[in-house]
Amino acid sequence: MFKKIMVPVDLAHIELIEPSLKASADLARHYDAEVCYVGVTATTPGSVARTPEEYAQKLEAFAQKRAKVHGQPVSTRTITTPDPIADLDNVLIEAIDDVGADLVVMPTHPPRHLDAVVPAHGGKVASHTTASVFLVRLAAETKK
Amino acid sequence: MANDPKNAQAQEPTAGSEGIPAPEGPANLIDTDYVIGQDNIATTKLGVSLDLHGKVFTVSSLVILFFVIITLALQNQVEPIFNAMFSFLTGNLAWFFLLAANIFVVLSIVLIFTPLAKVRIGGMHATPDFSYLGWFSMLFAAGMGIGLMFYGVSEPITHFDTALGGVASENGARTDWAPLGAAAGDQEGAISLGMAATIFHWGLHPWGIYAVVALALALFSYNKGLPLTMRSIFYPILGERVWGWPGHVIDILAVFATLFGLATSLGLGATQATAGLSYLFGTPNTNVTMVLLIMGITAVALGSVVLGVEKGVQRLSQLNMVLAGLLLFFVIAVGPTLMIVTGFFENLLSYAVNLPALSNPFGREDANFSQGWTAFYWAWWIAWSPFVGMFIARVSRGRTVREFLVAVLLVPSIVSVLWMTSFGGTAIDQAVNQGFEGVREAALELQLFVMLGQLPWTAITSFVAIVLVMVFFITSSDSGSLVIDSITAGGKVDAPKPQRIFWAIIEGAVAIALLLGGGLTALQTAVITTGLPFTLVLLAACYAIVKGLMSEPRT
Repeated sequence: MFKKIMVPVDLAHIELIEPSLKASADLARHYDAEVCYVGVTATTPGSVARTPEEYAQKLEAFAQKRAKVHGQPVSTRTITTPDPIADLDNVLIEAIDDVGADLVVMPTHPPRHLDAVVPAHGGKVASHTTASVFLVRLAAETKK
Repeated sequence: MANDPKNAQAQEPTAGSEGIPAPEGPANLIDTDYVIGQDNIATTKLGVSLDLHGKVFTVSSLVILFFVIITLALQNQVEPIFNAMFSFLTGNLAWFFLLAANIFVVLSIVLIFTPLAKVRIGGMHATPDFSYLGWFSMLFAAGMGIGLMFYGVSEPITHFDTALGGVASENGARTDWAPLGAAAGDQEGAISLGMAATIFHWGLHPWGIYAVVALALALFSYNKGLPLTMRSIFYPILGERVWGWPGHVIDILAVFATLFGLATSLGLGATQATAGLSYLFGTPNTNVTMVLLIMGITAVALGSVVLGVEKGVQRLSQLNMVLAGLLLFFVIAVGPTLMIVTGFFENLLSYAVNLPALSNPFGREDANFSQGWTAFYWAWWIAWSPFVGMFIARVSRGRTVREFLVAVLLVPSIVSVLWMTSFGGTAIDQAVNQGFEGVREAALELQLFVMLGQLPWTAITSFVAIVLVMVFFITSSDSGSLVIDSITAGGKVDAPKPQRIFWAIIEGAVAIALLLGGGLTALQTAVITTGLPFTLVLLAACYAIVKGLMSEPRT
């Protein structure tokens, strides 16, 4: 049903994306799909990498590590933007078409009041793409 | 990139250190163990996530709070202290400001013609993040948009008047405010000297100051891999110590200057915009209007901050460029067109002729002018430079050093000449050839509107002028929040969004508190005194730029 799953990852906060990584791995095995890990980074030096190229390398290494976990083919895409916090939603929405993904698996937080001012990324992405979107709550993992 | 970890991109030339790949194409990364954000405190409280540099954020917040309370509570006591500090600086150290500014301009111009100008910011194959138009609009809006609106009419006419008035002295000291030797009774000479003096304050020197800060920051961030904060400039001098307290102090000072520079400008600007609104539409010129105006400006700035650089600041800056361009061409078309066109070249020539004398730091006869005007301006531009410089740096990735210097130094200077010639020239023409004394007699904040009042379509042009003033403030508040947030987050540009919102609100709140409680001008004086330590920072930046560029590969 799904051929390519796009998984946005934040290399600075791996612990927060663990549930969605697990879900994407299970889905990839189930549908025998390729997993494309997408990272968005600033052009300025950041906490994960000092250059966009270092970020790309780290993302690739991360993807290879995940490939060993689920055994499905992996690919990566590093997106650079001068203002990643503000542009995150839009670059992710564009990336869905660019990488040709038919399913997006990404983490999100439970609804909260602040969403009125700073909307959740997952919700924004889901309402602007034709691909299927699977939003994984952090709490879903801990309840098990 | 498929499964092969050794893909093409990872094999790009690695001129960097210890396995860290270079930025796009060859560049020379600095080898440091510092991890950006290592001193940060990241937490999620009440559903709001934060990621801040513990020491810089805490100390600068406390310093800001302390200064606001002190200026509000002890206004009468602190104002004389700030004033004394300020007159000591401009009086005794004017030569230092003038000399330093000359160094910045000379370095920027010389660099354009050296092979070092071939270095590309962000690595040899980096591509620009913004189009020429978007980039240039942002440079200009951040740099001096608001100042041109307010001084474009008043400064040329002031210098023209004092120059025409001639030299007056008492006990051997000059008591007049005329630039250089004045031009007593010589109308043509006074216009020429007045325009040269104005252009001097708005031309190469301020932009040279910005260029030095911005280039140093861009170089050490994009090519050397250091965080985008002021302290990184000091790496060639202090080495690893920049990550400790010496670096914290530099960053805290930068936050202080940026926040209070913005807040005082926001407060003074609101005063002026309120006066303009009341002049045009008869709205009450009261504190309530001003507070509402600041709140309105802050609210729009919040929206823009949330939208980010590309969709927020860039779009607003472009809107402003269009409006400012329309206003400029309108004044040229309906004002004394021929005089403006010929005046542009005459003023440029007059600027060139008078530049050596105006920028001479030593043995000046015209103490009032060189200390009260020039040194004041230089201190103000320098105090303002961490903010403008950091913002310019942030949007300049992918440009070569030559492109950068031409766009930051030469193009804005030319635009300033044209602007001053059109607005100031029209006002002088009204006074000299039409015998209209309105502009001279009007209050400083109203001079622009009075000048426009003598031209056709007054209602429309004055309204455009007010909108321009407000949008310039929004872009300043907006880019200022981005800059402060990035400094207090230890150089991270991807810290959580609520932090930006926090700083934008604080700027508005501080402006309102100082406006109502008094002390705006006292604090502005305090901000200008930060010009002194930053002059030293900028001199260090000059050294760092040359040293940093020398070690970069050139195309």
